Amino acid sequence: MAKACRPTPNRPSSGWITELSVSPEESPSRPDLRALFWGFSAVGLSGFGGVLPFARRMLVDEKRWMTAEEFNAQLGLCQFLPGPNVVNLAVVVGKRYQGVVGAIVAPLGMLAGPFLIVLLLALLYDRYGSLPLAHGMLRGIAAVGCGLLFSMAWRMGGAIRDKRLFLPFTVLTVAAIAWLRWPMPAVMITGLALSGGVAYWRLGRR
Amino acid sequence: MSMVAELFLEFVLLACVAFGGATALLPEMHRVVVENHHWLDDTTFTHLYAIAQSAPGPNVLVVTLIGWEVAGLAGAVATTLAMCLPMSILIYLLIDRWESFSGKRWQKAVSLGVAPLAVGLIFSGATLIAQAASFGWAAWALVIATVVANLRLKLHPLWFIGVGAALGLLGLV
Repeated sequence: MAKACRPTPNRPSSGWITELSVSPEESPSRPDLRALFWGFSAVGLSGFGGVLPFARRMLVDEKRWMTAEEFNAQLGLCQFLPGPNVVNLAVVVGKRYQGVVGAIVAPLGMLAGPFLIVLLLALLYDRYGSLPLAHGMLRGIAAVGCGLLFSMAWRMGGAIRDKRLFLPFTVLTVAAIAWLRWPMPAVMITGLALSGGVAYWRLGRR
Repeated sequence: MSMVAELFLEFVLLACVAFGGATALLPEMHRVVVENHHWLDDTTFTHLYAIAQSAPGPNVLVVTLIGWEVAGLAGAVATTLAMCLPMSILIYLLIDRWESFSGKRWQKAVSLGVAPLAVGLIFSGATLIAQAASFGWAAWALVIATVVANLRLKLHPLWFIGVGAALGLLGLV
């Protein structure tokens, strides 16, 4: 089923894939609905700002529901499509073991805990958010979060090959979104046509 | 149209272009929620982003918070579902056929082509937060310190959140 794993290059959050060690000897076990729900719950609650590495650890190392190759192969589509990669991954794993019900239960498990925590924080915010202390704290966190975003962009930009060819599209995206404030769907469709077109041409020349 | 239905439809549309995950959507969510509909103001938007940063779980949950602030529990459920459903359904239908088009020239071209756009979106998200929070020089110093430290050191993001929260509590940012 898993042919040679080919991590999609240059996709967000795919940097860590290169570090995967391969351990293909064990045969994956077959989780039931309850195991799917709780397994993905643990994953959802374990990460701050991205839980994908935790999903891999749970699926491949701890529970052995899939081999490293299978994981990479299936992650390919999850990262190819837009939207939250980890939720996509939960759907794939859930479908694989328990069909359509599994495909609902696994992402539910992943989101239920964090959903409740975030709502609890929202309740606290609604009650105390107007206090000067809360304002100061959130302002400090926002500044740090802003810095984390800049460094994430810097890292992802650094991982792009053929920078002279592709980084201009980054600049155009920033100009269109941050400066001109054009609507994102239109920008993305145009950008993808142009940037993907260049990539298509480039791939043909190799 | 009820506000919840409107939220749902706006976020379904966003989910279909969310290359780079929910983080990449910050500028567009701001455009829709703050600028177009005036459902939230700039301050609340940055606060919600800060809260999402400090909570465990996938990055998607910033949309849950936005939904909650706009329309309560129904809003939170609506934005979260809207964000996850379209691609979940698509991936359910496509995963068995993935191997037949993975590695094709057009598939690689899309993957290569989308990466620089995602970088631009995330960069724009950072500038948007800075703008919406109208950072002063102290906040900018903290932003720059975070970038440098994060690129140089391998620290857990919670350390940064903790330092930011502490400095903010002391009124230094």
